[in-house]
Parts: sequence; C-alpha cells; structure tokens
Amino acid sequence: MSSLEKLRSVARRPYDYAKSVQSSESKPILGFFCSYTPEEIITAAGAMPFRLFGTREDISKADAHLQSYCCSLVRGGLEDALTGRLDFLRGVVFPHTCDSIQRLSDIWRLNTGMSVHFDVVLPVKLTTESARSYMIATLNSFRSELEQGLGVTISDDALYEAIHTYNRIRELLGNIYAFRSRNPSQLAASDIYYIMKAAMVMDRSALVEQLDLLWTELRDKAGDEQDSGRKRVLLTGGICTLPDVYTLIEDAGGDVVWDDLCTGTRYFEGKVREDGDPIEAIADRYLTRMVCPAKHMGMTIRGEHLIRLVREKQIDGVVFLFLKFCEPQGFDYPYLKDFMDRSGIPTLLLEVEEQMLSEGQLRTRFETFIDML
Amino acid sequence: MSGTDPEKEKRKIKSVQKMKEIMTNYYIEAKGAADTGKKVAWITSGGPVEPLIAMDVIPVYPENHGAMIGASKMGVELCEKAEEMGYPRELCSYARSDIGCSVTNGGPIGGLPKPDFLVCCNNICGTVMKWYEVASRYYGVPLFMLDTPFTHRKFPPAAKQYVIDQIYEYIEFLETQCGRKMDYDRMQEVGRLSVEGLRLWQEVLDSGAHKPAPITAFDAFFHLALIVTLRGTQETVDYYRQLRDEMKERIEQGIAMVPNEKYRLLWDNLPVWYRTKWLSEKFAAHGACLVGDTYTSAWSGVLPLIDEDNFLESMSQAYSQVYINVSLDIMINTLRRMIEKYDVDGVVMHSNRSCKPYSLGQYDLQRMVMEEYGLPTLMLEADMVDERSFSESQIETRIDAFMETIKS
Repeated sequence: MSSLEKLRSVARRPYDYAKSVQSSESKPILGFFCSYTPEEIITAAGAMPFRLFGTREDISKADAHLQSYCCSLVRGGLEDALTGRLDFLRGVVFPHTCDSIQRLSDIWRLNTGMSVHFDVVLPVKLTTESARSYMIATLNSFRSELEQGLGVTISDDALYEAIHTYNRIRELLGNIYAFRSRNPSQLAASDIYYIMKAAMVMDRSALVEQLDLLWTELRDKAGDEQDSGRKRVLLTGGICTLPDVYTLIEDAGGDVVWDDLCTGTRYFEGKVREDGDPIEAIADRYLTRMVCPAKHMGMTIRGEHLIRLVREKQIDGVVFLFLKFCEPQGFDYPYLKDFMDRSGIPTLLLEVEEQMLSEGQLRTRFETFIDML
Repeated sequence: MSGTDPEKEKRKIKSVQKMKEIMTNYYIEAKGAADTGKKVAWITSGGPVEPLIAMDVIPVYPENHGAMIGASKMGVELCEKAEEMGYPRELCSYARSDIGCSVTNGGPIGGLPKPDFLVCCNNICGTVMKWYEVASRYYGVPLFMLDTPFTHRKFPPAAKQYVIDQIYEYIEFLETQCGRKMDYDRMQEVGRLSVEGLRLWQEVLDSGAHKPAPITAFDAFFHLALIVTLRGTQETVDYYRQLRDEMKERIEQGIAMVPNEKYRLLWDNLPVWYRTKWLSEKFAAHGACLVGDTYTSAWSGVLPLIDEDNFLESMSQAYSQVYINVSLDIMINTLRRMIEKYDVDGVVMHSNRSCKPYSLGQYDLQRMVMEEYGLPTLMLEADMVDERSFSESQIETRIDAFMETIKS
C-alpha cells in the first residue's frame, strides 16, 4: 500500500483504525473536537489524540440531550458516543472552544460513561500577558490531571519528544500544502482532505513515517502550474468533514489550493519552540497562530489574514464553509465578506449540516461560482 | 380601560410608575451624553458595571435594548435588517436586532447612544464577544474584553488570579478612556451600594415564595432592568427598597398577583419578550402563577461570593460563576434550591434558540427535575426576540396539556 493509500484508508474508516490501535497496543485513546487541544501533552502521556468529526449516521439518541438548533458536529459527536460507536475512547478532552462545545462537555461527562474527562478551560482572549499566564497555568494543570487520570508520569523529555514529533508533522503538512498549491494536478484535492483527517486521528509516530514517505514521493514531482488557467479557490471556516466539497469544486473547474480551516492550516501552522519550558512553548504557539473566531485576538486579524492569503496564493475565489448554527463563524462572515468584496474577490457562502446535504445542489452552486470567477 | 376594575387595580404593583420614570430619565441622560460631556460605555448584562459607575461613565446595555425591542414587537423587522447585512438567522436575536438598529436608528427609542468604548464580559456567552467585536468595528471604538473562565468542576486559583488581573486592567483601560484616575474610595462605596441593591432585589424575588405570591416572574422581568443597568447607585438601592416594602405590604394585605393562585410554577431561561403578557394571562387562566425564575435571580445569585470589604477582588469569582457560566451539575443545584424554596408544582423551560449556553443542556436538567422531584415540566420552543420562532397554536396546546397534567 502506498503512503497515500494508507492515509486514505485511515481517513475513510477512522473508528476501525482506532480499534486496531487499541487492540494491538492497548494505548489509551482520547477524543477531541478542537484545534486548541494540547495534543503534545496527550502524546507525551502515552495516549493517542483522536479528532472527532461528528457523524454521517442519523441523529436519534443525541436528540434527547440537544436541541435541533445546535451544530451537526456537536450533535453528531454525542450521537456516536451514545450509540457506542466511540467505545474505543478512554475519554475526551474539551478545551472550551464555543458555547455549544462548552455545554457538550457537561452533557458528555454526565451521559456517556467514559472513564476519564478533561476540561481545559483555556483563555478566550489571547492578547495579554495575564491571558498568557493563565494559559500556561491551565496547561500545567491539564498535565497533572492527565497524569492522574491515566496513571502515568509526563516527563519533560517526553514532552520535548512529542513537541518534536508535532513540529515535524506540521512541517510535512505545510510542505504538502505548499506543493499542492503549486501543483494541483499532482495531488487530488480530496487527498488533502484525507491527509489532514488521517493526521488528526493516526498514531503520530506512524503518521510521521507515512508523511515522510509521501513527501519524498511528491518532492520529485514539484513543478509550477500556478498559471494553468484553472481557478484557484480558498476554503475558510471551521471544520470540513466533506471530501465531496473538494471533488465537486475540482469537477466544476476549480482547485482548492489553500484554506483557513481548523481542520486545515490552523491545525498545522506555527511551530512550538523546542527549547525552554515545554508548556510555555506550547502556550506561545496558541498565542501566535491564526485564531479560530471563537477566540479574541484583534478586531480584523482574520480579515487581514484572508487578504494576505488571497494575494500570496493567487486566489480567484473564496468559499466560506460553515456548519449551520455556528455563531463564531456567522458573526465574522459579513466583515470578512466585506474585506473580500473590497479586494474584488468573489465569494460563496455554504452553511452545511452534515445530515442534510444534497450533492446535486452543491454541484450546481460550485459550477455557478467557478463560472463566475 | 382595565384600570376601572378595582380588583385589578389593587393587584397592580404601584412602584411600576417610579421604575418607568427612572428608566426614561436614564435613557434621556444616556442619549444626551454628547451634550453633557459624559462618556458612554456599552456593556454586557453580566459585566461588572460598578467601575463604570465609579468613573461616572454612563453604562448602556444593548441586551436591555434587545429586550425592549422584543417587548415592542419590533424584533422581526430589525433582525431581518441584520440578515440582509449577511448575519445568519441562527445568531442571537438580541445581537441581530441591535445590529439592525445600529444601522437604521430604528426600534423603540430610535437607537442607542453611540458608545465611546465597549466593555464585554463573556460570563454569559461567547456570543457577546463576537457581537462586541462587530460593534467595535462598526463604531471604531476600543473594546475591553473581560474573560471569565467557565466552571465545569472547579474554578482554580489561576482562573481567579486571571480575572483579578483583568479587573485591574479594566480599571486602567477606564482611566485611559476617561483621562483620570479611579477614586478607590468611591469604588468601594459603589461596591457597597451594588451589594445592597442585590440584597434588596433578592428580597423582592424571595417574596414570590409567599403563598399566594405577591409578584410573578413576569413582573420580575420588568423590574429587573435597574439591577442590570444601574447596579451600584443610590437610586437603585432606593428603588428596590421601595419595591421590597411594597411586596411586604402586599403580603400583609394578602394581595396576590394571580387571583385564586392554585398552582405554582418556576420559569427557566430568558423571557419571551414579545409574549410576556400573553403567557402570563395564559397561565393565570389556569390559576397558575410563575412564582420564581432562574433568570432574574442570576445577578443576585452570586451574593454569597462577594466580600463587601474586598469588593473588587471578590467580584472576580462572583462574576465568573454566574448561573450560566457554570456546569449543568452546578445549575441543577440552583434549580433544586429554587424548587424547594418556592414550593412549585412544575417547571416551565423556555428553549430559547438565541441562547445556547442557557438552553443546551435543558433536556438534561428537565430529566433531573422529573426524576428527583417527580414534577411535570414543560419545554417551550421559542426565541426571546424573534417572533418567527414562536408558534402560538402549538404553544397554547402544550400549555393546556401541561396544566392538565398538573391538575390531575
């Protein structure tokens, strides 16, 4: 199996993959929903962080706990937990995120019966020295809670090693993104989706091996097709759980060449310092990487970031991809769109609910959008 | 005129007039701030207003404005305006209607006075942070964010220190904005008045525990305005003392708000502002009185955490642990105390599309109430301001069915 095939197969059946890791290595697996989850600490504790993406199954059990006006990620995650599909998890780590995830944490703790549960209430404001101190203190107490919960000791050496592994993952993902941005025809856009998804669920050492292999293969194919005439599209939003989005845009004559997604660049951008106090180093990455709209870091920082990306990556059009009911994204949309309008960049807004997607509708909307570019 | 019915006249709360007067003067002063040279700050309903009062800044509450918009039934039109601007319909209707108002100067009072700066405390939701970022960009004014960590199972010393640090950062921010130093003696006095006002307000709410109740949750929704907006002033203390005394008198004279009160209910979540009268009459027709609620007691609920002699620092924990900035297991404890104190026959929960931190988890609370107390519960799906999410016939049927269960 080639590295790409291996990554795709993990991404297509992440729960099966997790179960196989669990049975062969008896490694504790901890779920998470948010890119502010300090995965380095989890990995240093000998556990495997496993990103949760909601569900493609129908929602039934979660309806007894959550109203219909909360996003499909929150409802879908709970559904999979209540139906036992996540029984391979020892527990979940909740780093606050947003109002809905905050309540999901309570509902999860009170109803799923998982043996451990961690709330890492990070600061929402990321601009001050006091927020930094609080973030460091919170990460430190997460480190001790994790030690207690899993019955392990997390040494500084293990933290340095985990940080090194993650930095390597970030570097490789960044290389692959940059490659794909210049050579869209050499790597299917949906493969970017599969690579990212696999990166968030795989055993991270195994992941580094596969990404290394993949990058070695790709590196030799590098050319530059930025002027191929196909339209260059950027995706922005929260999570993307839909490989179809990439494929449909590709079919319509566009290439997704970059993104500002929490399951995309926000996941891998920014390195953690490999010297000094490891926890402080982890905190400093969160304080400097591009924010999720549920965090506070300047009034127009996301808009300026988008403009910069559009220029750097020679973007022809921007697709806003939000989960329906996502408030942090919804509040930012008008100003971000305004920034794009003023720069003459066409945009398309898609609010999706995982259980309610019509491929035909999506196809038409993408075709119209790409034609317009 | 209903005023001609002496029975009805007797039941009316007399202090209402005084309240209207104070609020009218308050808005006149706020809207005329440009002429008096006073600064205007927009602040969230759960935010610490006391330092603003101590600095002579006029606090203005977009959420109170949202409630007024809802009560005036002007919500839909203003929400739609915001939706035209690109704000999704799924966003909080206080935020949407207020944003709609900012650009049209419409609504019941022709829009709010423009802010000189903004103070946002996220102890009530993450929504306000996004809303205030919008306001900060729109008006081009600075925003102070007070970040109050949520309590799931604990509120660690580091969280407390973080909020204390921010309170001093907040004061520094105010000193910069106002161009003068904080008078800490004045601050201490404002803190004392705030605590006194909260105590009196809690006494007013406690009077609902009397049978029959001299006040209902629907009245509390109205009388709440001062504890939100002008907490920490002598005027507020005086007003709530008057209202508290009126409640005492009503109890002495046996005046009930709902004639022939037979069933006592508890309300959870924000009001359905455009239907308070309708709902109140609907329940009263069944002899049911909403004697208490989780919403109006949220401000005074943290009184035990406040140390009057160290107001500034103790308020850090108090503001961080308000009713909806804590986990469901802590919320259920509050509900338990209220169910017992008010001796209720059932709980009415407003599942409010606009307020996720308040509403998500209500199904679990509902189950706990039913299992522990065997009390009937009613879940009303609606929205606090956006009438498009209110189905009268459906809600009427559900209320009738719920009341039948209680009566049986």
